[in-house]
Amino acid sequence: MPPSNWPDEIHRVLAAQRVRIVGYVPDAGHKRLIELCHADAGIRAVPLTTEEEGIGLAAGAWLGGEKTALLMQSSGVGNLINVLGTVKTCRFPLLMIVTMRGEQGEFNPWQLPMGRATAAVLGAMGVSVEAVSSASEAASTIETAVRKAFDAQESIAVLISQRMIGIKSFEEQANQ
Amino acid sequence: MSATLHRREVVKALLENRGGLLVVAGLGSTAWDCTAAGDSDLTFPLWGAMGQAAMTGLGLALARPERRVLVVTGDGEMLMGLGSLATIGVQKPANLTVVVIDNERYGETGMQATHTAHGVDLAAVAKACGFGESRTIVNSSQVGSLRSLIHERPERLPLVLPPHDGVHLKDRFRRALPGG
Repeated sequence: MPPSNWPDEIHRVLAAQRVRIVGYVPDAGHKRLIELCHADAGIRAVPLTTEEEGIGLAAGAWLGGEKTALLMQSSGVGNLINVLGTVKTCRFPLLMIVTMRGEQGEFNPWQLPMGRATAAVLGAMGVSVEAVSSASEAASTIETAVRKAFDAQESIAVLISQRMIGIKSFEEQANQ
Repeated sequence: MSATLHRREVVKALLENRGGLLVVAGLGSTAWDCTAAGDSDLTFPLWGAMGQAAMTGLGLALARPERRVLVVTGDGEMLMGLGSLATIGVQKPANLTVVVIDNERYGETGMQATHTAHGVDLAAVAKACGFGESRTIVNSSQVGSLRSLIHERPERLPLVLPPHDGVHLKDRFRRALPGG
């Protein structure tokens, strides 16, 4: 599988693990995965106005018996801090797939502080962090994370390295 | 009930004979209101995550489209998650109702004025976000029709299947009918 197909692989894992709801705040790195989720009749893709909404969405869906995955970029993790307290207190399962900003290839220096703090912020709020730095690890890491989240009722964030997203999407963004 | 709305009476009326209604209560006074109306396993009262009551209701409504879902929250809580009205407006779940008990105050922190005290109209925001129905009620005579709106929305018949684990089915039958 060529490295560029990691979003397709993640989508396959989510579908196979019966993740029925995917909440997202768009990120260039998640462009392909968001499109795949919208195109999948078995997944309800829910655009959010802020990442915080994803926590309510996922908690409510779990009360109803459904698994949710949340897609966001690392800056969005900063919007979650207080509501992650509810995830911890109630031990809600939580699966987040976070594309990193502020790493290699970053064109916007304003992304650096939150990018550097992402893992620490998540850790401080009791969310386990799994970093993925190569496309070949993506699917297996997500599969393990889905099981941990929903079988063991843990909160997990999988951080997708900016290296995997590549400079291209940012160049595209700059040209738009 | 008097003509003036009293929160405990309104919430009690909305939750009376609730049947299979699933309820999410926003933190603070509305959680106490829902509990005062009669605690239920199918009420999820939030003690935190301010701003997330409506979204929790949306998640539940999307997960269980065959059930009716009611969010009861306060104006301060709703204002903190104003964007969620837009998100719900996009999803348009037919089985979700959001009721805001709007006293124009932050009740748990010293009764400071919220934005609604200064004219921000949450029902108009919901309407602008694409909610199919949105209204403000100010008189107890309007509670009955609100209750009907919550409870009498079309409900899809649930798909009910028995467990498919044959060993489980056999064993539970034998456990329930010992002897032989």
